[in-house]
Amino acid sequence: MKFRLALSLALASLWHRRGVLGLVTLTLTLSITLLLGVQYLRTEVRQSFSNTISGTDLIVGARSGQLNLLLYTVFHLGDATNNIRWSTYQSLREDDRIDWLVPISLGDSLKGYRVVGTDDGFLRHFRYGDERPLELKGGKWFEDVFDVVLGAEVARVLKHQTGDDIVLSHGTGSVSFMNHKDTPFEVTGILEPTGTPVDRAVYVSLEGLEAIHIGWESGVALPGRTVTPEQARNRDLTPGNITAALVGIERKVLTFQIQRQINENQAEPLSAILPGVALSELWRVLGQFEKALLGITGFVVITSLIGLTAVLLTLQAQRRQEIAILRATGASPGLIASLYLLECVLLAIVACVIAIGLGAVAIALLGPWLLEQQGIQIGLRGLNSSEWTILGFVPVAGLLVALIPAWRAWRGSHHQGLSGTP
Amino acid sequence: MTTQPSSVATSSNIVKTMAVGSKDLSYAWSERSTPIKFPDIRLIAGEHLFLRGASGSGKSTLLSLLAGLAVPRHGELRIMEHVLSAMSAGQRDRFRAEYLGVIFQQFNLVPYLSAIGNVLLPCRLSATRRQHTSPTPAGEAETLLSALDVPPELWNQKVTAMSVGQQQRVAAARALIGSPALILADEPTSALDADNRDRFIDLLLGQARARNTSVVFVSHDQALARHFEHHLTLEPLS
Repeated sequence: MKFRLALSLALASLWHRRGVLGLVTLTLTLSITLLLGVQYLRTEVRQSFSNTISGTDLIVGARSGQLNLLLYTVFHLGDATNNIRWSTYQSLREDDRIDWLVPISLGDSLKGYRVVGTDDGFLRHFRYGDERPLELKGGKWFEDVFDVVLGAEVARVLKHQTGDDIVLSHGTGSVSFMNHKDTPFEVTGILEPTGTPVDRAVYVSLEGLEAIHIGWESGVALPGRTVTPEQARNRDLTPGNITAALVGIERKVLTFQIQRQINENQAEPLSAILPGVALSELWRVLGQFEKALLGITGFVVITSLIGLTAVLLTLQAQRRQEIAILRATGASPGLIASLYLLECVLLAIVACVIAIGLGAVAIALLGPWLLEQQGIQIGLRGLNSSEWTILGFVPVAGLLVALIPAWRAWRGSHHQGLSGTP
Repeated sequence: MTTQPSSVATSSNIVKTMAVGSKDLSYAWSERSTPIKFPDIRLIAGEHLFLRGASGSGKSTLLSLLAGLAVPRHGELRIMEHVLSAMSAGQRDRFRAEYLGVIFQQFNLVPYLSAIGNVLLPCRLSATRRQHTSPTPAGEAETLLSALDVPPELWNQKVTAMSVGQQQRVAAARALIGSPALILADEPTSALDADNRDRFIDLLLGQARARNTSVVFVSHDQALARHFEHHLTLEPLS
C-alpha cells in the first residue's frame, strides 16, 4: 500500500517537473543510447568479424604465423612472406580427405583494392556470416582470362558497372605507376554487399593474373616482352605458384589430422590454420580497444546520473513545503526518502526504454546504409544477455546515486518541524 | 497558564475524552539552549482552542510538539489519551496520520496532486482515516469540498490554478477527512481577506463540530478569538 502510494506520488511528481527533468532524462537517454549502441555494435562487429569467413575448415599458406596468414588471405592486410608451389597445391587436390580447395593468389591491386586471383570454386565454396554464399548483384562470374568480378564497395566507390574496362596495377599500393595497361579486363559481374573484406576485393582468374605478368618477371614491364590479350590466350597460363588456398573438409573429424600433416609437409614448408581459432586470437588483440571504449561510455552514463542527482538536490530546496505537507499528513521519513529513490530509478528506466527505441530506430534506418556505403553489416535483433545486464546496471546505478538526495531527505525529515523548517 | 475550562468532567459527571493534555511541557532546540516552557493545556474532544502569541513566542514549536514532529525536553503530552511524548518517531508518524489534520498558513497543497488527490492523501496514509470516511473516501472528499464551497469543476484540476482561499478550503477538507481527533491550524487565514477569513473559519469550525473534531487554531488576529470557546496566549520569550 505504502509502495503504491510512493509510486503514484513519485510518478505525479516526475510529471509535474517534466520540464527540467525531461532535459536531464534526455541527457541520460543519449548517454545510455551511446553505451548500449557501443555494446550492440561491439557484439555485431564481433559477430561480423567472426563470420568474415565461415565454412572454410583450413587456410593453407607458406610457413608463417597464423595471424599473418589470416590477415593477408581473408582481410587482405599485409603481404605473404612466401608462396605455395602449384605442384604442392595440386598434390593437396589429390588428397581424398579434402572435399574442396580454392586457390588464392595476391599481389596486384585496383586503385588500392586488392586483386584476388582464384577460380570459380571461390563463388561456389566461400561462405561468410551464417554460412551465407556469395551472390552476384549483376552480371556473371568470370569465365574468360580477362574477365573481372568486383566486390560491392569497389564497384560503388570506383563507379564501375558490368561491361566497363579496367586496368589492374602491379603491386598492392593505393597509388601505382606500374599498370598492366596492355592487358585490360572487362567487368563481368558485381557481387552483392557482404559486410566482409570480399566487398573490397577484385576477383580475377589465376590465368588472368598469369597473363598480365608475362614480361613482368623482373617486377617491371620489360619492353618487347609484354603481350597483347590475344597473344596471352595462346600461352600456357598455368600458374607457377599461388599465395594460399582455402580448404573444405567434409569429415570434420579429420581436420586436425590434415592440419598436422600439412604443417609437417616435408616437400615445402606450409602452415595450415583454423580460421575460427585465428579469428578469435585476432579479436582478443582488437577486443582490448573496444573494451576501453565501452568503459569510457560507461563513465558518460555515470556522469549523466551524477547530473541527475545534482538536479534532484537542487529541486530538494524547492520541495521543502511539499515534504512538510506529506510529513504533517503522516508520511514517514522513509516514505519521503523512497520518493527520491523511486523518482531516480523511474527516470533511469524511462531513459533506458527510450534509449532502446532510439537505438532500434537508428539501426533500422542506418543498417542498410551502413552495409551499402560502409560495408558494415548491422542488423536489428533482440538484446543479448550482456546488453540487458548493461541496461539493468543503469537503474541500479540510478538507485545508488539517488541515495544521496534520499539520505538528505530522510535526515531532514527527522528534524523538520510542522512548517517545514528545522 | 491553562485553557478554560480545565476540568475534563462535565457537570453531569459524564467523563469526556481529553483531546489534548499537556503538563510541564518544555522544548529546547539543542542541549545548550534555554528550554521554552509551555503552559499546561487541557482540551476536551470536540472543543476548539484559539492560540495567540507574538512572533517568536513558540507557537509553531508548540504545534510541532502537538503534531509529534518535535519531541519535548521535559513534560508529558497526551493526545486522545495517548502519551505522544513517549512514542517512537515511527509511532508518532502513524499516530499523526490517524489522529491529526494539519492546515498551514499557505502553500498547503501538494502541487502535483489534484484537489481531490490532496484531500484523499490522509486516507492513503492511514487505514483508520480511510475506514472513518462515509460512505467512501472519494464520497466524503466530494462532500467536504462541496460543504467548503470548492466548485466541482476545480476538484480534478491542478491546485496551482486555484485561488489562495480555494486552496485553504481544500486544505481544510484534507484536514477534516476521516474525522481526525484533532486539527492543528497554523495561521491558515493570514493570507485571506476579511470576508474569506470569516467564511473559512465558519466552514472549518462548522465541519469540525459536525465531526466532534477538536481544533487548535493559531493566529495573530485577535478578531478571530470570538469563534473559539478556549483561548491561550503565549508570552514572548525573554
